[in-house]
Amino acid sequence: MQTVQFAAKFEYLDEIREFVGNIARAGGFNDKEIYNIQLATDEAASNIIEHAYEGVGDGLLEISCGVQGGVITIILVDHGEPFDPSEVPTPDLKADLSERKIGGLGIFLMRKLMDEIHYSAEPKKNRNTLKMIKRRG
Amino acid sequence: MEIAVQEFKHCDMITVSGRVDSATAPKLAQALEAANEGGKYKLVINMEGLEYMSSAGFRALLAAQRNCKKYNRGEVVLASVPDRIRDALELAGFTELFKTFDDPISAVGHF
Repeated sequence: MQTVQFAAKFEYLDEIREFVGNIARAGGFNDKEIYNIQLATDEAASNIIEHAYEGVGDGLLEISCGVQGGVITIILVDHGEPFDPSEVPTPDLKADLSERKIGGLGIFLMRKLMDEIHYSAEPKKNRNTLKMIKRRG
Repeated sequence: MEIAVQEFKHCDMITVSGRVDSATAPKLAQALEAANEGGKYKLVINMEGLEYMSSAGFRALLAAQRNCKKYNRGEVVLASVPDRIRDALELAGFTELFKTFDDPISAVGHF
């Protein structure tokens, strides 16, 4: 596992995608899988920056990533407000244009693109952990 | 992310290239709003050089489509959508909200 700390700002999303992308590539994932892993990680990180750290200017986002036995694990740790993605309702993808809601779409993509998502909040430690797993195809 | 705007007789083409994420999507949203404010509601979004788009970009596209289709005054259509971006749009159920064209010329010809 490699771990990198990022400032919780949208401008670091590029570096975050590169970090997990390089590890996925070295771990033998194909281009399509790498894109999807990067997209899921971006959506997870964007949510943390937007919701967990809403109104916080100097939040930290710690990302660990590694491949073992054809399985990539990505762990995102933040110290902001707990934000459990499983509590976000699935958006209605059949709704017409005027009814279509964009909220929850990032989390929906995250769930669809990864094999497993686990979230845990430890309020006493002020620590939230989101773990995502994807098996190589 | 780079944005270029080209005017045609019956529509405007907005070419977006590079990467659209939560950091850059607001600029795309602004470009689309600027077109609408200029009275342009028939828009082709040329994605030929687009490498990446997250749901933040989808959000900008959705807002533009809503605004353009109001009063039947226009529409946003997509051209040259790269495969991986098309896959994500499809997963999000967005391909039903936008007509897509294989190349910019056919998209412009739609208007």
